[in-house]
Amino acid sequence: MSAHAAVAAPYENTGVPDGKLAIWLFLASEVMLFGTLFTSYIVLRTAAASWPVGWEVLNVPLATLNTFFLIASSVTIVMAHAKASARDKAGFYRFMGLTVLLSLAFLVVKGFEYGHKFHEGHFPSTSIFYAVYFTTTGLHGLHIIGGVAWNLGLMWWAGRDGWDDRLFLGRVEYAGLYWHFVDIVWIFLFPALYLL
Amino acid sequence: MSEHAHAEPSFTERYVFSVDHKVIGLQYLVTSFVFLLLGFSMVLLMRWQLAFPGQPLPLIGRLLSASAAPGGVIGPEFYNQLGAMHGTIMVFLGIVPLGVGAFGNYVLPLQIGAPDMAFPRMNMMSYWLYLPGGLLMLSSFLLPGGAAQSGWTSYPPLSVINPGQTVWLLAMVLLITSSLLGSINFIVTTLNLRAPGMTLWRMPVFVWSQFVTAFLLLLAFPPLEAAAVLQLMDRVFHTSFYMPEGLIVGGQLASQWSGGGQSLLWQHLFWFLAHPEVYVLILPPMGICAEIISNNTRKPIFGYKEIVYAMMFLGTMSFVVWAHHMFVSGMSTTLSNFFLVTTMIISVPSVALLTCLILSLKGGAIRFTTPMLFALAFLPMFGIGGLTGLPLGLTVTDIYLHDTYYVIGHFHYVVVTGSLIALFAGTYFWFPKWFGRRMDDTLGKIHFWGTLAAMNGIFLPMFAIGLQGQSRRLYDPTAHLHNLIGQPLHVVSTVSAFVLMLFQIPVIYNFFYSMFRGEPTDSNPWKATTLDWQCPSPPPHGNFAKLPRVYRGPYEYSHPDHRDDWLPQDAEKAVAS
Repeated sequence: MSAHAAVAAPYENTGVPDGKLAIWLFLASEVMLFGTLFTSYIVLRTAAASWPVGWEVLNVPLATLNTFFLIASSVTIVMAHAKASARDKAGFYRFMGLTVLLSLAFLVVKGFEYGHKFHEGHFPSTSIFYAVYFTTTGLHGLHIIGGVAWNLGLMWWAGRDGWDDRLFLGRVEYAGLYWHFVDIVWIFLFPALYLL
Repeated sequence: MSEHAHAEPSFTERYVFSVDHKVIGLQYLVTSFVFLLLGFSMVLLMRWQLAFPGQPLPLIGRLLSASAAPGGVIGPEFYNQLGAMHGTIMVFLGIVPLGVGAFGNYVLPLQIGAPDMAFPRMNMMSYWLYLPGGLLMLSSFLLPGGAAQSGWTSYPPLSVINPGQTVWLLAMVLLITSSLLGSINFIVTTLNLRAPGMTLWRMPVFVWSQFVTAFLLLLAFPPLEAAAVLQLMDRVFHTSFYMPEGLIVGGQLASQWSGGGQSLLWQHLFWFLAHPEVYVLILPPMGICAEIISNNTRKPIFGYKEIVYAMMFLGTMSFVVWAHHMFVSGMSTTLSNFFLVTTMIISVPSVALLTCLILSLKGGAIRFTTPMLFALAFLPMFGIGGLTGLPLGLTVTDIYLHDTYYVIGHFHYVVVTGSLIALFAGTYFWFPKWFGRRMDDTLGKIHFWGTLAAMNGIFLPMFAIGLQGQSRRLYDPTAHLHNLIGQPLHVVSTVSAFVLMLFQIPVIYNFFYSMFRGEPTDSNPWKATTLDWQCPSPPPHGNFAKLPRVYRGPYEYSHPDHRDDWLPQDAEKAVAS
């Protein structure tokens, strides 16, 4: 990927780094993906004969805690980027580590919620509501897992030579952009499923 | 351009897991041509059944398994599998990878003067997701119950109940991911890797067509991915996204599904992808035609900016016409009217594009080379395809024509005599760039005339069969008395299909023979202006020995102040004769 980095300057270009363009394009496609899921949710819900009230069947306090975890992790990943920009390796480890921990906490809580639902005998096949609930939160959970893997990769990479070069800083920034997106998806999912 | 201490790349690095856009382009080219041939073979089996229902297949009938074709006669389930896989393979594994993966990959970086794609390793990954996706799709024939059999559109609830569909969905997820990576790569490359002086308005039409196509792939495929995930959930976990309440299957209540879903939801999500997909199928071939027509008329393309704006407008509008595929689905007539209007609007830029290409011929000293013949054939053939689409876009006429052979005729004129013909043109045109040798002209012309005649022989009768009212989904058309009148036309169509297969032998032979034994050419045999012809054939790793500088637009043919009749984009100034 760094193949043409050395000769990038003479090219006609937008002035935006390749990686940044790519991550924004990727996020655009992700908007379409989750946009489709939300559209399906609206279509299915408006046509449904009955739809349970979210806060009566789902655990709102746990989800609120999870919302807090995700918003906090969005702050810590920005701090991690700031520390990396300031060449503060220990600070980068601290905040990126915190981001990963918060994401894992989110997944653990989500796992408890899932387990509780299964225990109560609610499965994706139970009703269209649970189908939507498990599918959307499940896909969101996969995105969280992907983000955790990427962030752990960055922490591993920070231990190598050249951790403070432009390419590395770029990747931390792209991880942040992605993470904010995953966060925003949850900000929409939370009210749509739990509160409405 | 990896000039860091790098040992000579091994065979695997160079030809299998290559990161060079040219090798990846050729990998796509060969793979997608093989898939096209496979998809074509499948339809030959179907055509035999349609023309001679109930008669055993000659020669290969005995080779098929007894469950698929008892006594050499294709069974109804196997027929449905062939139909679903033919559509899927031709669209997702044939034409799109050929137009975008092969031509886009090879030619786009060359035409903008880039050393490679912006993300070479991601480019390699695109191919290595596409190939397993394709193989997985094919392997579904070997499953118990066989391949998917609900058509390439996979409408539920049928698709949720039928066997084979799970593998179809998994393969589609691989293919969608592949095209997502590819589209990001194409957009970033076009935006950030243009040679100095290659402003956006100096890019060849082909590059523009790939650029617009990449946006369609980027934004239209994710909804299908989401829709496929929902269908997968319906199949594997028995959710009811697409399953209505109280569904009766085979006389029994389908009690595995709780119901409460919307079958129509899938249709909307599917066509939200699949209509932009039509423009993914047609825009790159149009770009190819623009290159070839300008080069062989030796004059600038007519209305360069109009073509580009029309492409952008087409791309945008293609997101708001999808439900014209669903006029008879029972959706609200207000919606039908909306989609009728947008469909009529989208036909305007399509006509503008075609008109620009036709007007480009005016006053040109046309060279009737093999690629030019194919490009010229594209114009009227795509025109027929486009115009026959109008009655399908109008609700009143569509009610009669929907799901008849007329529809099959229409979109095959667009995709086969349109896209595929243009992709053949591109193959003959860029072959000298790929291998430094020219394809044989006589064999090329035999291939051209035979193919053109046979294709029309296949698809023209379908309009008549369709207007007569025959459904496109029948396994045995003769089972209904009112269809018997169209049966001779089915025979014409089937015979033409076998003739078409015969006429592909010259091009297959020509391709491999010319690769090694063809007449050697210099780097610019067509005397073309664009950057892809200003580097060696085949271009070395990194493409350009020296970074080209671009001074002018892409089509400076017959420049009055220049001694030759072509003035390359990277020539500093014209040389007086």
